[in-house]
Amino acid sequence: MTIATRHPRHSFRFRGRNFLALVLRPALPVSQWLGELDDWLVRSPGFFNGKPLILDLAGVGLDRGGIAELIGDLASRSIRIMGIEGVDASRLDASLPPLLTGGRTLGAVEVAEAISPAQATAQANPDGKSENKPAASDQAQPATAIAQLPSQSRQLPSLLIETPVRSGQAVINPDGDVIVLGSVASGAEVIAAGSIHVYGTLRGRALAGAYGNESARVFCRRYEAELIAIGEYFKAIEDIESQLRQKPVQAWLAGGELRIAALDQPEKETGTWRKSS
Amino acid sequence: MAEVLVVTSGKGGVGKTTSTAALGAALAQTGQSVVVVDFDVGLRNLDLVMGAERRVVYDLINVANGDVKLQQALIRDKRVDTLYLLAASQTRDKDALSEEGVRRCIAELRTRFDWVICDSPAGIERGATLAMRFADLAVVVTNPEVSSVRDSDRIIGLLDSKTMKAASGERMEKLLLLTRYDKIRAGRGDMLSIDDVLEILSIPLLGIIPESEDVLRASNVGAPVTIANAQSAPARAYMDAARRLQGESIPMTIPSARQTLLTRLFGRRAA
Repeated sequence: MTIATRHPRHSFRFRGRNFLALVLRPALPVSQWLGELDDWLVRSPGFFNGKPLILDLAGVGLDRGGIAELIGDLASRSIRIMGIEGVDASRLDASLPPLLTGGRTLGAVEVAEAISPAQATAQANPDGKSENKPAASDQAQPATAIAQLPSQSRQLPSLLIETPVRSGQAVINPDGDVIVLGSVASGAEVIAAGSIHVYGTLRGRALAGAYGNESARVFCRRYEAELIAIGEYFKAIEDIESQLRQKPVQAWLAGGELRIAALDQPEKETGTWRKSS
Repeated sequence: MAEVLVVTSGKGGVGKTTSTAALGAALAQTGQSVVVVDFDVGLRNLDLVMGAERRVVYDLINVANGDVKLQQALIRDKRVDTLYLLAASQTRDKDALSEEGVRRCIAELRTRFDWVICDSPAGIERGATLAMRFADLAVVVTNPEVSSVRDSDRIIGLLDSKTMKAASGERMEKLLLLTRYDKIRAGRGDMLSIDDVLEILSIPLLGIIPESEDVLRASNVGAPVTIANAQSAPARAYMDAARRLQGESIPMTIPSARQTLLTRLFGRRAA
């Protein structure tokens, strides 16, 4: 007779997570660029300490040896590179940082410490091209995260949509809230890093806290949504009590559970009341 | 200056071609010069509904490609003097249309007519986007049922992004034409109510066309319903819509079939 024993097993859950990184873009000739970097580091010592850095090599055509040399030169200045973009994968090997693709330029990135804005631009973007893109552009563009000037006015992180969101359209704000004055149609999708406010009828899908913000909420004036999600929790329409349909509701996360309640009774749980023991 | 109008819907079978023919004829019957243009390359139908299928020699593709002069391809209606048809090709597909060719063709039609009415194919692909591309105004044909309403919503989104007008930052005017509306079934709750459709699509209402056998009967004899039976309920609804397009303010009613003593006595008329 055998008794199968159960070894305790670890389950592996892989999660995607977004981080913000600075992108360093060397220019040709590399030796001169390193010299300018040294001058700059004298004025702002320790600027790169503890900051995740990506090396964008699109502007310099280096071979594998050249890349390794550049990484070594940077390491000797206590600058550690966590990833490389802008080169062909064949030029990298296991000893070099991994290749990154699909970066997206973000709006406001706080970078200022003891440096002047001009220096920050000069260094973070040495070829002088402005890469600042407006925040909350809803297309993923192959671009790079660029440190913005601290003196620049910050983009408002919330995105205001004054028209109805039509079927097939997607509104995405990776930086903050989305406010829709009209309705969100069946087959439309609203995705926000923060909360979602719909002042019309919510018939489509609303995904708040899409980048892990579990305090995000979904509000709508009239609720007929196909799906509501906050973080990685979601409810489809059949999971939701029909008495809430067509009512003003809010959805939020409490104790790892997605709750939806009519807006006039804010913190009350839906469902049958149970006396807590 | 001519008004270029696209009749579109996303979903098939909701009455785009019928509405194009009926609105075109209704406008022409008031003395305006009108051309109806079939953009459904490969599945043309407008020529049948207009009763001109035997008279098509050259078509939209020939004109767009510059093979023939516009004059050679325009077919004049035999019943209404100011009504013309530009047919689609039945033997080609929608990729045969070039955007530049369509632009040139529409620009030339603008100089000759008061109204250019483009009958869009179903779907959201090339044919449909080319039909709406150069329009000033869109008539969104919708049946009072959920799939049609959602497809119309999708089309409205495209009208706001894919048209020249939208691309140049102007607002594209979109009007709702609710077709195949059945008062009795709506009252029973079998179909969406007018208010439901308006609430979902949130665009102004151009007209409500009642469900009627007269529409099918008119198609089968090859005449727009406003010509085939001008007194029928759908014809009166299309006439009202055409007058609203011309800027008249007409109260929104849903015409119903007139019952005379004879029809009441002898039941329904023979088809």
